Amino acid sequence: MTEMNLVQAINRTLRDAMRSDPNILLLGEDIGVNGGVFRATDGLIKEFGADRVIDTPLSETGIVGTAIGMALYGLKPIAEIQFLDFIYPAFDQIVSELAKFRYRSGGQYPTHVVIRSPYGGGIKGGLYHSQSTEAYFCHTPGIKVVVPSTPADARGLLLSAIDDADPVLFLEPKRIYRSLTGEVPDGIERIPFGRARIAREGSDVSLFAYGAMVPPTLDAAETLARAGISAEVLDLRSLVPLDEAAVIESVEKTGRAVIVHEAARFCGFGAELAALLAEKALYSLKAPVARVTGFDTPFPYALENVYLPNAQRIAHAAETAVRAS
Amino acid sequence: MAEPEALSLPPSPTDSASFPEGALVDAYRLMVLARTTDERCLSLQRQGRIGFYAPLMGQEAAQVGASRALTPQDWVFPAYRELAVALARGVSLRAIFDQLLGNADDKIKGRQMPNHFGFRDVNFVVASSPIGTQITQAVGAAMAAQRRGDPIVTIAFFGDGATSSNDFHAGLNFAGVFRTPTIFFCQNNQWAISLPRERQTRSATLAEKASAYGFPGVVVDGNDVRAVYAAVRESRARAVSGGGPTLIEAEVYRFGPHSTSDDPNRYRTEAQLSAAKQRDPIGRLKGELIASGKWSDDADRTLWEKCRAQVAETFEAAEKAAPLDPRSVFDDVFEQLTPRLAEEREEYDALVRSGVLKS
Repeated sequence: MTEMNLVQAINRTLRDAMRSDPNILLLGEDIGVNGGVFRATDGLIKEFGADRVIDTPLSETGIVGTAIGMALYGLKPIAEIQFLDFIYPAFDQIVSELAKFRYRSGGQYPTHVVIRSPYGGGIKGGLYHSQSTEAYFCHTPGIKVVVPSTPADARGLLLSAIDDADPVLFLEPKRIYRSLTGEVPDGIERIPFGRARIAREGSDVSLFAYGAMVPPTLDAAETLARAGISAEVLDLRSLVPLDEAAVIESVEKTGRAVIVHEAARFCGFGAELAALLAEKALYSLKAPVARVTGFDTPFPYALENVYLPNAQRIAHAAETAVRAS
Repeated sequence: MAEPEALSLPPSPTDSASFPEGALVDAYRLMVLARTTDERCLSLQRQGRIGFYAPLMGQEAAQVGASRALTPQDWVFPAYRELAVALARGVSLRAIFDQLLGNADDKIKGRQMPNHFGFRDVNFVVASSPIGTQITQAVGAAMAAQRRGDPIVTIAFFGDGATSSNDFHAGLNFAGVFRTPTIFFCQNNQWAISLPRERQTRSATLAEKASAYGFPGVVVDGNDVRAVYAAVRESRARAVSGGGPTLIEAEVYRFGPHSTSDDPNRYRTEAQLSAAKQRDPIGRLKGELIASGKWSDDADRTLWEKCRAQVAETFEAAEKAAPLDPRSVFDDVFEQLTPRLAEEREEYDALVRSGVLKS
């Protein structure tokens, strides 16, 4: 085990994976000489060379389209999209091509591409360096969507992403790239997709979160504990596939659900969780499902703290659910 | 995928830049097979026996000429009009019809509309409908081949309309920067559904766009199988020796509609079409073969009859194939069924068991 932050965990994991498999290569904007704008690929070009850490022209569709071609040919490309906000020029390649290749070829052409992208607010990035638009991708069959919230999970989930047979969108919570550290295993210990992590056990209310929303949700649970409310925090880790059993099991225990994400509420990932609870856990619910999310506005610059869910809002929603019954 | 008729061509190109004379008759046979397949499919669609069809008529020489210049190890990234390329790669007519029908033998398991072929065993990457997306993918595969040291090229087939797409620009730009062994083979058939070529770009030619990306672009007469072959051979030789990509613009004319859902009378005249048909690649090659003593009117009549019979028989056999298993709709989304997909399949099974749905 080594103590490190989340972006160091990603860097170390990419390095270890590339050392063990010569088919793995990285491509993206400013990832080579510059080491990535967040330094996630810092130093890798020195060790692996410009042929395996490829600085590409400024074109997201070029990055994902060529990554697909490399994967078809048998390489294991890991593409970086500098900010999730800039992924849309590659949207066609991701949803029309990458996610559908296996299906549309009748299984002849699997396309295993990992796309890493920093997402989310809280870094004063304004409209175009802050968004959390995972729902667009979760809605598309054929691509897995994963969001770590700790350095150890970043390593374990990235190892699984690299090892997976299917395309994976690996979303990195840039707000907590450096703000917290943790013990990270030195070996190759994969964390399987579709297994949520109980970040804190509790019995009165279930708080569901992922990525950068996990720390404020844990803070809220601490506040609630001081008020005599026992909150369970479930870190979903992978949105596709989703650990539905863990979500349902938690609500069967607590009877109350608060869903937290920083994306806008309408048609956000929380809507899917709420629907799941309505379909499969309705009779366990003692209070309406609550969602604490970004507002249904574009992501604001100067007022990002107004927009982003925080521990106060989360604790308030949980307390309201508990007091309701 | 052996073809019962003697219509497949020797797959390996010679080192010669010009089309091997002995293979010209075989090329002609293949072009006629593609044309008769096209004609039959248009009629089958009108009869409701296939759901849709996108004809290639007018583009046979371009497709056969380009294909003959490739090796089996080269990778083809087609669009959805590349029937003759598939046939030239050695795909059987039966496999083509299985795809058009979406039956249990269909290689892509009925997942896509007709003409979206994919045959991994002959390096014919499965096509999609969005325009131009295969172009960047062909470049990526070429980058991979480069990295592996494989002496192959990738070739992207696309039309004049695709030269306005995002991936055309991105793909050619990446190919130029990384000097990839890629051939961009544009069949300029003059029409992107209803939009004529001159409304697609102000550029005098499509080929000249290559110069902005730093590599050669050439215009060839796409009705001349030998000219197309020579252009692709030269591009291929340059690519495998590290000389980078080439954009080839093959000038052709789309004789048919964009697809069976299209009515070209809304945007072009009969006069335009008959003028273009004066340059029919099949009539042209036939004339040349007869003039050189390699072919005769009798042989020609027999060939067309044989092709028509083969097409009809093969289609009827394909029609008798078993239908797809309905439960296969859930397969190949991911390598393995996710718990959610397994549950949805169970939901479907229960509806069938209870009689709400017929299987």
